[in-house]
Amino acid sequence: MIAVETHDLTCKFGDFTAVNAVNLRIEKGSIYGFLGPNGSGKSTTIRMLCGILEPTGGSGSILGLDIKHDAEEIKKHIGYMSQKFSLYDDLTVKENLDFYAGMYSLSRQQSKVRIDEMLAMSGLEDRRGELAANLSGGWKQRLALGCSILHDPPILFLDEPTGGVDPKSRRMFWDIIYNLAAKGTTIMVTTHFMDEAEHCDAIGFIFEGSLIADDHPANLKQSIPGIVLEIPHAQPISLLEELAKSNTPVLDSYPFGTSVHVLVTQQNQHYFNAYPHQIITPSLEDVFVHYVKTQRKELRP
Amino acid sequence: MRRLRALLIKEFIQMKRDRLTFAMMVGLPIIQLLVFGFAINTDVKHLSTVVFDQSLQQEGRDLLSAFTASDYFDIKYTAGSYQQVNDYIEQGKAKVGIIIPPDFSDNIKHGRSASVQVIVDASDSMAASSAISTAQLIGQLKSEEILVQRLQAAGSQKPSRPYDIRIRPWYNPDFVSAFYMVPGILGVVLTMTMVMITSMAIVRERERGTLEQLIVTPLKTYELILGKIIPYIFVGYVQVTLALCVGIVVFDLPMQGSLPLLYSLTSLFIIASLALGILISTITKTQMQAMQLSFFIFLPSILLSGFMFPRDAMPEFFQLLGNLLPLTYYLEIMRGIILKGIGINFLWPQVMALIAFIIAVLSVSIIKFQKKLA
Repeated sequence: MIAVETHDLTCKFGDFTAVNAVNLRIEKGSIYGFLGPNGSGKSTTIRMLCGILEPTGGSGSILGLDIKHDAEEIKKHIGYMSQKFSLYDDLTVKENLDFYAGMYSLSRQQSKVRIDEMLAMSGLEDRRGELAANLSGGWKQRLALGCSILHDPPILFLDEPTGGVDPKSRRMFWDIIYNLAAKGTTIMVTTHFMDEAEHCDAIGFIFEGSLIADDHPANLKQSIPGIVLEIPHAQPISLLEELAKSNTPVLDSYPFGTSVHVLVTQQNQHYFNAYPHQIITPSLEDVFVHYVKTQRKELRP
Repeated sequence: MRRLRALLIKEFIQMKRDRLTFAMMVGLPIIQLLVFGFAINTDVKHLSTVVFDQSLQQEGRDLLSAFTASDYFDIKYTAGSYQQVNDYIEQGKAKVGIIIPPDFSDNIKHGRSASVQVIVDASDSMAASSAISTAQLIGQLKSEEILVQRLQAAGSQKPSRPYDIRIRPWYNPDFVSAFYMVPGILGVVLTMTMVMITSMAIVRERERGTLEQLIVTPLKTYELILGKIIPYIFVGYVQVTLALCVGIVVFDLPMQGSLPLLYSLTSLFIIASLALGILISTITKTQMQAMQLSFFIFLPSILLSGFMFPRDAMPEFFQLLGNLLPLTYYLEIMRGIILKGIGINFLWPQVMALIAFIIAVLSVSIIKFQKKLA
């Protein structure tokens, strides 16, 4: 079953193309990670899917409903949480939940049950009377999530949900997300944390408005031509210069923390026998770097 | 319904939490009313006056006592020369100078016309015009008195005036400024708070990012707009009630007409002002812009609605411009009901104008808003 599907979805702001003919297919019940640098069009895509922004071209459907014509109907079946954690600071935790329960027209009985569940999920049971303004990042994030899934939507859109949140809260948040997915919720999440993306069922890389890769993480890693070598080095930049001068045949090389990652074909691996190195499974970051450079025509595919 | 109810509950809670704004909404009408009601008086009395009486005779004193008796002139200074009169007026100590020439009494005694000079500081036109008209009136009355005396002395009967103009100032016979001002201030305060508060309402949610969240819920545009209007109708009524109480208790405002009628028509004005605020809110991006645009509405409301300056005196273009402001109609309604005691049968044009205004402005707001961000 396909939960979200788009055909050449496009959004232009004047001359600027924020999202350029994006084709997406998201399986029901999966977690789809939407990756890309700031300003690449992640949020714009999600906003079009949620009916906040009108697409300027292409089409899309959510649960078989057209995003242009059935926008209001779609809103009943989706949850959306933005990076801003849009809560009312001058309302308490409970009042925020009550408000959104009203927005989704939950019955008195339903809202009581769901609000209790959300309070338990976010660990805010003892803080229900506190103003949202007094909550710190992680709590705010979980409350915002609670508000957006009160109506138990089959599809959940999360736009950079873990920005500005400490690692422990990020961990807690992802546990909640896995739980939701396990229960059948389709989740589309944007992030620029590569480690978060590793846990997704499928990943789309978006760069300068275009979807440049879209597959399961493992498949993406295999799609890189050649092997990735990790060479630890105290001064990665000088090692890179050294490689460039010696005309070592590499497909690509770049610093990676306190080491250098080198993409080479299997046959050329022997050039590196002089360096202490190991063959590694490419991380999503390696994959992303590769696809971006290919897109920019800096590399020959 | 559930959505609207949740929205209303939220708005009331937010209103309750924002003590300062609430205090302002309640305090503003009372303070404004007291300040304007006491301070603004278009009927300028007790003008400080300097007198240079060169004749120093009974006739001159007669005339001067007529001036003082009018309550418009307070003789505070006596001058000994033209120069001194000049100085008092230049320094601003006196607004009016009365100069009685040396031959004043002689002229009257011999049946000649006796001139008196009245100098008025017309840099303040309102004070000047009331001084001028009063001085002229006193002159006429005194002249008439003397003429009658002379005719009677010559043996003829007391003559009757050729014209007998009898003036009856209806509705506010004592020209109490407060009666005129209080309904006006009420309207101005309502415009100010209603337009300003609602103009902030949606744009604030836009700034905080909560509007984006509202847009992804199934909330309908009209529900959002109703949710932003209804709580402030309540606030508007609190303001009207407070202001009317102050008006009646402090300024003895006569309530000639029907209070229920006034209250029901007030709702139209409140809704019209709120609709205007909502429109501002939908077309602005930040609270700052909303604030500036609201001020852009206040000034014409104060100047062109007839609150301070009579609309009859304005050029036609500005009268037409005033016709676009809800306050213009509300002032007519208020003064009509409170001072003149007229009923709904004379107020239909104003009612219709307000209804048309509400429909037009709300339609534009709903079309403009459309539940989209960009």
